[in-house]
Amino acid sequence: MQLYARRRFINAAAMTISMLAAALGIVWLAAILWTLVSHGITAINVRLFTQMTPPPGSDGGLLNAIFGSLVMTGIATLVAAPIGVLAGTYLAEYGRKGRLAEVVRFINDILLSAPSIIIGLFIYEVMVVPMRHFSGWAGAMALAIIVIPIVLRTTEDMLTLVPGGLREAAAALGTPKWRVVTMVSYRAAAQGMVTGVMLAVARISGETAPLLFTALNNQFWSTDLNAPMANLPVVIFHFALSPYEDWQRLALGGALIITVFVLALNVAARVLANLSTLKQ
Amino acid sequence: MSIVSTRIVRSMAAMAAASVLLFSGAQAADISGAGATFPYPIYAKWAEAYKAKTGIGLNYQSIGSGGGIKQIRARTVDFGATDMPLKPDDLAASGLIQFPTVMGGVVPVVNVKGVQPGQLKLTGEVLADIYLGKIRKWNDAALAKLNPGIDLPDQAIAVVHRSDGSGTTFIFADYLAKVSPEWQQKVGVNTSLQWPVGLGGKGNEGVAATVGRTDGAIGYVEYAYAKQNRLIYIQLANRDGRFVSPNSETFQAAAANADWASTPAYNLTLTNQPGANSWPMTGATFILLYAQQEDAAKAKQVLDFFGWAYGNGDQMAESLDYVPMPDNVVRLIENTWRSVKGPDGQPVRNGPSM
Amino acid sequence: MQTITRTIDTPQGAARWTRRQAALDTLFRGTTTFFAAFVLILLGAVMLTLVDGALPALRHFGLGFLTSEAWNPVTDEFGALAPIYGTLVTSAIAMLVGVPIGFGIAIFLTELCPAWLKRPFGIAIELLAGIPSIIYGIWGLFVFAPFLQSTLQPFLVDTLGELPVIGALFAGPPLGIGVLTAGLILGIMVLPFITAIIRDVFETVPAILKESAYGLGATTWEVVWKIVLPYTKVGVIGGIMLGLGRALGETMAVTFVIGNAHRISASLLAPGTTISAALANEFTEAVGDLYASSLIALGLVLFVITFIVLAMSKLLLMRLQKRAGS
Repeated sequence: MQLYARRRFINAAAMTISMLAAALGIVWLAAILWTLVSHGITAINVRLFTQMTPPPGSDGGLLNAIFGSLVMTGIATLVAAPIGVLAGTYLAEYGRKGRLAEVVRFINDILLSAPSIIIGLFIYEVMVVPMRHFSGWAGAMALAIIVIPIVLRTTEDMLTLVPGGLREAAAALGTPKWRVVTMVSYRAAAQGMVTGVMLAVARISGETAPLLFTALNNQFWSTDLNAPMANLPVVIFHFALSPYEDWQRLALGGALIITVFVLALNVAARVLANLSTLKQ
Repeated sequence: MSIVSTRIVRSMAAMAAASVLLFSGAQAADISGAGATFPYPIYAKWAEAYKAKTGIGLNYQSIGSGGGIKQIRARTVDFGATDMPLKPDDLAASGLIQFPTVMGGVVPVVNVKGVQPGQLKLTGEVLADIYLGKIRKWNDAALAKLNPGIDLPDQAIAVVHRSDGSGTTFIFADYLAKVSPEWQQKVGVNTSLQWPVGLGGKGNEGVAATVGRTDGAIGYVEYAYAKQNRLIYIQLANRDGRFVSPNSETFQAAAANADWASTPAYNLTLTNQPGANSWPMTGATFILLYAQQEDAAKAKQVLDFFGWAYGNGDQMAESLDYVPMPDNVVRLIENTWRSVKGPDGQPVRNGPSM
Repeated sequence: MQTITRTIDTPQGAARWTRRQAALDTLFRGTTTFFAAFVLILLGAVMLTLVDGALPALRHFGLGFLTSEAWNPVTDEFGALAPIYGTLVTSAIAMLVGVPIGFGIAIFLTELCPAWLKRPFGIAIELLAGIPSIIYGIWGLFVFAPFLQSTLQPFLVDTLGELPVIGALFAGPPLGIGVLTAGLILGIMVLPFITAIIRDVFETVPAILKESAYGLGATTWEVVWKIVLPYTKVGVIGGIMLGLGRALGETMAVTFVIGNAHRISASLLAPGTTISAALANEFTEAVGDLYASSLIALGLVLFVITFIVLAMSKLLLMRLQKRAGS
């Protein structure tokens, strides 16, 4: 009986620890979100969305930073999503188990988890130095390189889920292969692919390191992509590390905006994914 | 092609055209500069007033003097800003000119319970010993001797220095090297140093923020940062042996010794100046500009901005306890500007336009 | 559809249509192949650029670069030892924190969690994984570091700091920021990532294996420890290594709280630096070719380290997939 009691005790101890771990996990999430919301919410007002980043000691907002982030994220997505989709299409529809496909999958996973500061370094050497200035284009390209592997992976996963029977039926009707892919596979996997793009957007919305030496920053309103461009993460980085209270408040407000945006995208992607599984 | 795809292609073409128009960025061109965090508060103030007056913005990235030197060398900005003046041969080799804009003081700040602003007294040697790691606690005998009236706690000193390439560090180290031979030998003088002890903060902002947050900390910042953030500054013993507090009088007393006219390329440091009222860690901050400019109009805009600042920015500078350049020096500087030439070989700026 | 009914009516039209479609097929296939290869070219370009930028420093310092603790921009002496040390130590602390807790949460999610709580809890964990790392950095700077400076760190100095051997690890003034704080923040950051992977891997265990164990009278813990874990061993290790790769390359969560000191100190409470924090802080200002090249060399070192860790984790996970497939 003693052995059994000991086993029961170990089990109870382990399960308690496991529950404590789970509680701890939730506590962190709550603590971080609470800090963000309680401090950041004081900065959320109309001014935040209508005024530019101020010099220290003046009032201002984050309009140029928000705009810059939206523009660079948008361009990065427009450039990288087609590349990722097409490459993922190759892996799912043409390459499959072939040599090139296996190598590309491996390399893609490396790129997927590569430190984003290395990507920033790469774009600095390849774009900023030859162009002789920082630019929104460089920032967008750095973000694009981060998007490509994500979209490639999700596209391949979603296309692989499309039942072979659908493709075969289309082929049997005499559809050329490229049409089978675009009109059957893409349509069937559309929601999943869109989810993948949304998750990629969520990922790059918070990326700071790749923008540090590509887009730099700009305290004025600028729509010139060929010049340093304001962006939310770098502004938050500078403002949070500063000793000025109004800047710190803006930094927390910006952090709150990014968090809400990222969480909303994640939730929306999840909802979308659920809709597609419900349909199937 | 089916009707649907034609429509898609047409709308994408329209979007592309619209975005090209939107993003070709034709607006009042901004001037871009990067570098020292030392003058950033006053540059920001000047930029705001200048933009209100002329619509031209100054996009200044305060990334440290080291960054300013690097970025102007890489030609990624219109001008660089540094508190460490470059030597004349260095300038000539790079094709740059340099000129000072304002002077200010570097001020040690502390965060110790029970110590009020302007209360703690330190000498240069003691400061050097703290930053060398030889004095480790606030209640060390050397500190107690200088401050008999203050009850210093038994607390470790958290030394804070700059983690980035900094002209403020240059001024700080220049002073310490003059008063402590051990500092000169062990650490030296430059914008970036191999610090024996301490935490690194990025920019004057980072040091100010870290000192403010860390109990028992000591750091060094440009005075505007200490003032704006209500940090606890100290008194320092100057070359004449008197303890002085940092303010515009003591900065001006040190700056009065500067002989700009006979210094080639304005390569002057103002640390440890004689004078009963001189603040020991005073320095000027400089702008770096290419003598040969490809875009004459842009170079003229840069010089116009600084010309305006010399003529109209003195009060703003003084409100932040910077010392504006004396008028005779401004005339010298405007003369130096004649060596900034455009592609046609003509000076880009002929006399003041503001 | 009108196009098709028009041209394909005649034999010549049909032949033409078929040829055209074949051409489009080749074009489409070629495009997708090109972009797949583009990914390879991209990685190659990244590596090439890094090597090219790092070459001056590596040629100048040789392999001594990796073992020197110097970081002196005045005398142009640079060494990677302090950043590498900081990277490895913060990542180690992150794993020590993240793996056990992640493991515990995964057990909770798969074995203990009531059905109504499973979905929302899992979603909560995945949302945590999506929070950008700069948020963790800010939270660390504004909340966690001051908290540690006033509570945990003095406690550690007074208790563990007094012990003979490991005391040196916890010596020194409580500064709030430092290597330990950075490691803890990093651990909190990789926690949801590791949890999600371990949970997914746990859920691949066939129910019949677990039910057989339960049927023999095993406790929940024994099922986890003796059945689930050995079965998923490869996947768990792969997931941990993926998390490690993430921790090694993390910049923003660490830069705020590491203290930016290019030194190796015995104490975990001292400030330090990591490769990515050094890059983030110093790159835009590195004056002098050797300085900039040394920083790029640091980037190359980081890339190689993460490459090795990721490649190993990838291979392990592939082995698990093969096993699950068979």
